[in-house]
Amino acid sequence: MPRDTLLVFRHTIGPVLRSPATILISMVQTILYLVLFGPLLEDLVRVPGAANSWQVFAPGILVQLALFTGAFAGFALLPDLRAGVVERMRVTPVSRTALLLGRVLRDVVVTMAQAVLLLLAATALGMRAPLVGVVLGLLLAAVLAGALSAASYTMALALPNEYQFAPVVQSVTLPLMLLSGVLLPIAFGPDWLRAVSKVNPLTYAVDAERALFVGDYGATDVLTGVTVVLVVFGLTVLWGTRSYRRQNA
Amino acid sequence: MIHVRGLARRFHTRRSTVDAVTGVDLDVAAGEVVGFLGPNGAGKTTTLRMLTTLLEPSAGSAEVAGHDLLREPALVRRRIGYVAQGGGCSPHGRVREELVLQARLHRLDRDRARRRVDELMDRFALTDLADRPTASLSGGQRRRVDLAVGLVHDPAVLFLDEPTVALDPRSRAHVWDHVRSLNAEHGTTIFLTTHYLDEADALCDRVLVIDHGRIVAAGSPSELKRQVSGDVVEVGSARPSAVAEIAGRLPGARDVTTTATGVRFHVPRGDTALPELLPALVLAGVSITSVQVHRPTLDDVFLAMTGRPLHDDTQEAPVAA
Ligand SMILES: Nc1ncnc2c1ncn2[C@@H]1O[C@H](COP(=O)(O)OP(=O)(O)O)[C@@H](O)[C@H]1O
Ligand SMILES: [Mg+2]
Repeated sequence: MPRDTLLVFRHTIGPVLRSPATILISMVQTILYLVLFGPLLEDLVRVPGAANSWQVFAPGILVQLALFTGAFAGFALLPDLRAGVVERMRVTPVSRTALLLGRVLRDVVVTMAQAVLLLLAATALGMRAPLVGVVLGLLLAAVLAGALSAASYTMALALPNEYQFAPVVQSVTLPLMLLSGVLLPIAFGPDWLRAVSKVNPLTYAVDAERALFVGDYGATDVLTGVTVVLVVFGLTVLWGTRSYRRQNA
Repeated sequence: MIHVRGLARRFHTRRSTVDAVTGVDLDVAAGEVVGFLGPNGAGKTTTLRMLTTLLEPSAGSAEVAGHDLLREPALVRRRIGYVAQGGGCSPHGRVREELVLQARLHRLDRDRARRRVDELMDRFALTDLADRPTASLSGGQRRRVDLAVGLVHDPAVLFLDEPTVALDPRSRAHVWDHVRSLNAEHGTTIFLTTHYLDEADALCDRVLVIDHGRIVAAGSPSELKRQVSGDVVEVGSARPSAVAEIAGRLPGARDVTTTATGVRFHVPRGDTALPELLPALVLAGVSITSVQVHRPTLDDVFLAMTGRPLHDDTQEAPVAA
């Protein structure tokens, strides 16, 4: 199974390696947020424990990156489904789980590369944060992207054309993003907004990232966030492998 | 090599249920080339997808390449190759890369994969195209890649879904040559679908005519034709009525029609009827100008079996880009 996963991973990462610019193109939106929105907060946001606003904003944007790269991953599956690539692979002895995990691994790796670029840009803009926290935050974001990409591929299997898939992805990602305090800490909001955000797993990821970026590794936010992300990862991969298996006799 | 009993598949869509395949029985012996002939929507692809473990049957059972389809799908997959109607080339893959990937997915180690791929690229004249993106290939070239991809693990049974649909005549002839030599030299059992009569005729030892999800006729191409209407004999002569009288006495002759320049009639077998007809005409002193024997086409078979012509729906099945 690990061997099959690597085979599928190498196959799906191929186009990225051939034209690495695609990594940048798919994160333009996130970079725009960072560059055009981040500076607005410099004087606005004062969070206890944070030396500057970038320590609050950059981890949020990191989660947004994971959200977009992960949730939109399914779009890459659609042309492959249409071209018969997926069926062609399913008529081999390859593990069904690997067909999903190989692709998820690709998105984890791509997210890591994008996150490095994002954090370098944030540093250039003035972010200062402890290296260990940043590295841990990056790993957490990558796992989160994997969880979302597993869910995205599973949705893509069920809704195998753009007309059906795109509206679903969009109507899920936007509320997830807005209700997680990605752009501004949700603590700034009214009670009802905070209550709603509590059912959003992304909220916990954002809180954990923020704690990591100020070096507060022992915070309960970190433990909760890591647990939530791992559980969501486990659940979406389970859901995904089940539907990849069910697709055949 | 393939044994199928009562295989059926029903699709549920939001508004309706479609019985795509309704109880198919068939047997294919090792080394045979058997074809599914039927119009678009007959259930050919659905049957093939069931037999290749891609689609769960709603009912029925099957043994493919020595293994039970439902209980041992993983073992079936090791021994079969499948070339889908639209192929299976990745939109961003390259020829060699696609082949190597498929070989590796079939558990060949790196060295064996490389050797096997070289061999196949040579056989399918792909060596010069090794590093080309598959998206840039012509239809015929892509089809050769598809075939090679289906054969990386030297399967005992190869399933081909409409192998030459949308190909130009030359590429079509090439594919036919490859299919024939695969069967003749490697003994591969081949199960193909087609809606081209000439293709079924050219390639298949046996043809199963499928319509609305069930098999309506089966036999060798020539058996099927004989079953329907025998052969058509046309005799050109200045004295049609005299020819018609003699022809009408041949065993099994029917539908004798005369025109100003000759006679047309059906006999069970034209090749055995002529040696009787010609001496009789000579004996009666009737001179003739020409003789022709037509074998009925599979069009006639389909018409007789289903009451409608094979190509009454003109729409061609789309081929994925
Ligand atoms: N996934 C599906 N969902 C619903 N109906 C389907 C599906 N696949 C095939 N069908 C229907 O089943 C019938 C047989 O289709 P198919 O097997 O593709 O025919 P053929 O390959 O002979 O052209 C058609 O009426 C087709 O519309
Ligand atoms: Mg078809």
